[in-house]
Amino acid sequence: MTNPMKIIKNGIWDENPTLMQVIGTCPTLAVTTSATNGVGMGITTLFVLTCSNVAISLLRRFIPDKVRIPCFVVVIASFVTIVEFLLKGFLPELNSALGIFIPLIVVNCIILARAEAFASKNSVAAAAFDGIGMGLGFTLALTVMGSIRELIGAGSVFGIELLPEAFPRTMLMILPPGAFLTYGFLIALMKHIKEKTGGGNR
Amino acid sequence: MSFNYFLVFLSAALVNNFLMSRFLGICPFLGVSKKIETAFGMGVAVTFVIALASAVTHLVYHRILLPSVGWYAEIGGAKISLNVEYLYNIAFILIIAALVQFVEMFLKKSSPSLYRSLGIYLPLITTNCAVLGVTVINKETAGATLMFSVINGVGAAVGFTIVIVLFAGIRERLEYADIPKVFRGFPIALIAAGLMSIAFLGFQGLIQ
Repeated sequence: MTNPMKIIKNGIWDENPTLMQVIGTCPTLAVTTSATNGVGMGITTLFVLTCSNVAISLLRRFIPDKVRIPCFVVVIASFVTIVEFLLKGFLPELNSALGIFIPLIVVNCIILARAEAFASKNSVAAAAFDGIGMGLGFTLALTVMGSIRELIGAGSVFGIELLPEAFPRTMLMILPPGAFLTYGFLIALMKHIKEKTGGGNR
Repeated sequence: MSFNYFLVFLSAALVNNFLMSRFLGICPFLGVSKKIETAFGMGVAVTFVIALASAVTHLVYHRILLPSVGWYAEIGGAKISLNVEYLYNIAFILIIAALVQFVEMFLKKSSPSLYRSLGIYLPLITTNCAVLGVTVINKETAGATLMFSVINGVGAAVGFTIVIVLFAGIRERLEYADIPKVFRGFPIALIAAGLMSIAFLGFQGLIQ
């Protein structure tokens, strides 16, 4: 088995799902109006991703190849339903902030992509670490995006006021266009860093 | 509760556009918007599936899943309902997956030419969050009728098609633009989408 740290680092940096592979874009754009929402969405997805990776890796010898996609989707949808219950019960505020994007984790491409490309071909432990790595990569990207949008749009990060009163707030960053612009610049920045460090193979 | 269906349609298509203000279906929006023809094909396929999925999920949710009005069995005089409202997510995604498969098989048999032009997009639609998104929004709208669900779905799909075709037009031009190297590909596409989204903010307030 490959080194778990390597798998986790792969998810966070080398193949960051949000910034390098550009998948799972809908929640990335939609919920990052604040840093807190970004973290909440990231952790929720991390949980579903890790659980579904483990379950699919366990079941990989029993799922027939022809109907694997519906099988994966049912496994993922079950975990999403569990998460929805947990959020409604314990974090109702976060649940209403994320709204429709909680049930939509089912169609988050990251989860199905990892199930198809990794979990269905690897051991349970490797699949679990892959889920954690990819989930952390997603969480970090969402947190950074949420922080940038919240800082420029509302002058705060995680609800803590950082910019002085006199500094103008740019509402645009909290509105939908700000999401597209921030995401575009972040991907460009990531590409720039990869090129500088020589690790850019994209 | 009654709805003004024209306003429902307009709201779903323009004011709360799925791509520009609700962020549903961004993956195909970025993935298949490099050429106008493919973008249009994707739009038509999505419209087709969303219209069907809205109707079927509405019926399944209100006739089978909901405990108060849903299906029940009478056992020894007592009404036993399924009481499985919380299973909506699993039910909806399975319905959509099955519908996509069914549409694919149907088109293959009945209209090979249409199948050839739409065929490659159909499997992608299962994981298009616009489809599941519409059905979840319909489910959460209080007092939604079957007519509302279908019109809301078709409106959203028409809005999706308009935006993806417009965006493909912009991207075709971007191919020839001189763009800094790090901005090529996704970054410039996202920034163009951001500018387009600013334009779509203009529809806010069109409907009270």
